[in-house]
Amino acid sequence: MNRLRRILGSDLLWSFTRSPGAMIAATVAFGLCLCALFAPLIAPQNPFDLASLDLMDARDPPVWLSGGDHRFLLGSDSQGRDILSAIFFGARISIGVSLASVALALVIGVSLGLVAGYFGGRVEAIVMRAADVQLTFPAILTALLINGAARAVLGPGRVAGSEFWVLVISIGLSFWVQYARTVRASTLVERHKDYVAAARLIGASAPRIMFTHVLPNVLGPVLVIATINLALAIITEATLSFLGVGLPPSQPSLGTLVRTGNDYLMSGEWWIVFFPGVALAALALSVNIIGDWLRDALNPRLR
Amino acid sequence: MREAALPEAQVGIEGFQMKKTTVFMAFALGVALAMPAAPAAAVTFRHAFQGDLKGLDPYTLNETFTQAMLGNVYEGLTRRDANLKIVPGLAESWETPEPTRWRFHLRRGVKFAGGEPFTADDVIFSFDRVRQPESEFKTRVPSDARIEKIDDYTIDFVLARPNPTLPAEWDTWYILSKSWAEANGATNVQPATGAQLNAFALKSNGTGPYIITSHEPGVKTTFKKNPGWWGWKDAPGNVDEVVFTTIKQDATRVAALLSGELDMIEPVPVQDMQRVASNSTTDMLAGPELRTIHLFMDQKRDELKYSSVKGKNPFKDIRVRKAFYEAIDIEAIKTKVMRGMSTPAALLITPQLYSRAGEFKRLPYDPADAKKLLAEAGYPDGFELTMHCPNDRYVNDEQICLAVTSMLAKIGVKAKLEALPKAVFFGRAGLAGGYDTSFGMLGWTPSGFDSLNIFQNLTGCRDDKGNGSPFNYGGYCNPKVDALIPKISVETDPEKRLDYITQAYRMLTDDVSHIPLHQQALSWGVSKKVKLVQRADDILLYQWVVKSE
Repeated sequence: MNRLRRILGSDLLWSFTRSPGAMIAATVAFGLCLCALFAPLIAPQNPFDLASLDLMDARDPPVWLSGGDHRFLLGSDSQGRDILSAIFFGARISIGVSLASVALALVIGVSLGLVAGYFGGRVEAIVMRAADVQLTFPAILTALLINGAARAVLGPGRVAGSEFWVLVISIGLSFWVQYARTVRASTLVERHKDYVAAARLIGASAPRIMFTHVLPNVLGPVLVIATINLALAIITEATLSFLGVGLPPSQPSLGTLVRTGNDYLMSGEWWIVFFPGVALAALALSVNIIGDWLRDALNPRLR
Repeated sequence: MREAALPEAQVGIEGFQMKKTTVFMAFALGVALAMPAAPAAAVTFRHAFQGDLKGLDPYTLNETFTQAMLGNVYEGLTRRDANLKIVPGLAESWETPEPTRWRFHLRRGVKFAGGEPFTADDVIFSFDRVRQPESEFKTRVPSDARIEKIDDYTIDFVLARPNPTLPAEWDTWYILSKSWAEANGATNVQPATGAQLNAFALKSNGTGPYIITSHEPGVKTTFKKNPGWWGWKDAPGNVDEVVFTTIKQDATRVAALLSGELDMIEPVPVQDMQRVASNSTTDMLAGPELRTIHLFMDQKRDELKYSSVKGKNPFKDIRVRKAFYEAIDIEAIKTKVMRGMSTPAALLITPQLYSRAGEFKRLPYDPADAKKLLAEAGYPDGFELTMHCPNDRYVNDEQICLAVTSMLAKIGVKAKLEALPKAVFFGRAGLAGGYDTSFGMLGWTPSGFDSLNIFQNLTGCRDDKGNGSPFNYGGYCNPKVDALIPKISVETDPEKRLDYITQAYRMLTDDVSHIPLHQQALSWGVSKKVKLVQRADDILLYQWVVKSE
């Protein structure tokens, strides 16, 4: 805990104020997160309230083009849904899925990494070989596999309503490996240190030592991975939704918006796909830049 | 040929400024490149559709697209020509020696792709097989009809009562080989939701102009010309090989056509019709289609399967059905979703096939009245239900259903849309899935191009096993309408027959049995290199495709 507080307190802030890229990225990410968080309050329209949609408003161009409607700043989609509101609500879902799946990956990966590093031996061998096997599959493929399996188990039609959690589980389960490997490596170093021996001497149980003594000391790199993974999770969710196995059009994430808008790409109604795409790119890029900066800032060799 | 011609031309242009020897070499190279391809290059026709071609058993799925594709491989006793006129198929001629007896003289010397000769036994086998419980084509033959073999090439259908339009739909009742089916263990119809696949689901063995050489369901199917087909003398087609693929994404499908990668796509999404029409290498073939898109409502169950209303079925109340109808702004769907490419419908049949259609009008779009009706029926705050739609079958099917859900929301009905790929949708909402739906969308083309087909397939009472009208997904039932079916099928006076038909439609519209939406437009995008026949029933037959290089 102490180390974490110290990092946040001084070095990190100092480095942040000297990195314009990180500052811009943080502003963009923070702005988008705020929009997503307060979407129900600030969005001009609630895209989930079907009663507020009027088909006659469908496919209006952005407000600055001829035929634009002042109610639809960035235009409207094929059902008369305001694109700007759809982006706010879509970002909300995208960020929600990413945060939840990264949290899931974190919990699984950190626990397994700690256990493997602390106990060693057969436990370690099993966990790390499983991690190695999973590493040979690209994350998107694993996510697709788990997604497909979940759909097969739930059956067609029964998935409706649970797409969010299916996505969280499929992305979460495909990202745990990195955490496990990192935490295991750090734990291997930490477990021979004196404070661990001391804790063991006073009779602390293994879980207690792992989670209250070792864990805080290995969290630094985990934070970096988590941030970078957040950007990856956003992209993975968008990819799955774009492929049609993510969130349905009635509950659109940014990826779903890009997918449905894609149908109008050839017919000149570019705004249906363009703005959600820009929002998605901005979100993923800014989170990624923050992650990169965090990695450099926490790397003692780069100082 | 096309591949070879290009380098030759390029070399020629560059060679013009070169020295003599180089020019000669370039010329020789061009010739060398062109030569091997020159003798009778195979003509390949590349065709893509938005949905899948799943199983190949011609009795499993009564869907126009699947019927059309299999119509290239199989044949019925009759065929229909480019103008939908009935012409001889596997039967060379037929007559009715008495009103209840139809005699068919079969074509001699026809062979199935597997080499089996075609005889009367194959017709008898197909007659029995098409009437099996899992078949979706049961209504092709009357349930009380018998079949009698006179000799190997003559067959009699004996009916319980006269039926002047008996062979009207036989162009899509495909005849299968008895010996092949028995040898391959495929005597039973493949059910649409079957876990096990029989031989007909994956392979085909027909008498038609093409043979399926490879089939990856939902991905790609390859057809090869059957040079031994009896009908080539009258068919202008020159295609040796057809490659059919499924491309679900609208933009991808259009891009593939525009770039010349494909020769024909269906459907062209309405937003891209203009572009396909104005492009220099493609043509847009659009025209009125015979299919009518409608919404069905479960009126059979005592409690809806997918609704917040428990203990009763709101659709049993005509006021609720009427409210749903009046909530739908069909003009908005036409202008915004269909971009003008649809004709709003008041009936389940297109006016092209029913001359008195003009006597019927749609219920007006009136959300205020719809709300009032719902309140009178006891649902002042509306209710919740799930809507099932295909998302790769009809033009903009998912978009239409989305629009319907938002229109229903305005009268307080919260409809949650489940848009499914057509194979899943038909398997679930239809006979094979036990009509597992409460409310949804279906499109229907009457195969006999006559109202009788509507009353037999879409609106008649049915039981849970699909006896009666198997495509009456909502299970609407009015015995008075059913009582007209035998009258319509035996009546020979056209005026009187039309009168019965009008009576039936009158009852259906008074009952709000279904909610008709519109006829969509045929929407084929075709390369300018290709000449083909666009039939009004949306069926493409490869034997009429002529492709020039």
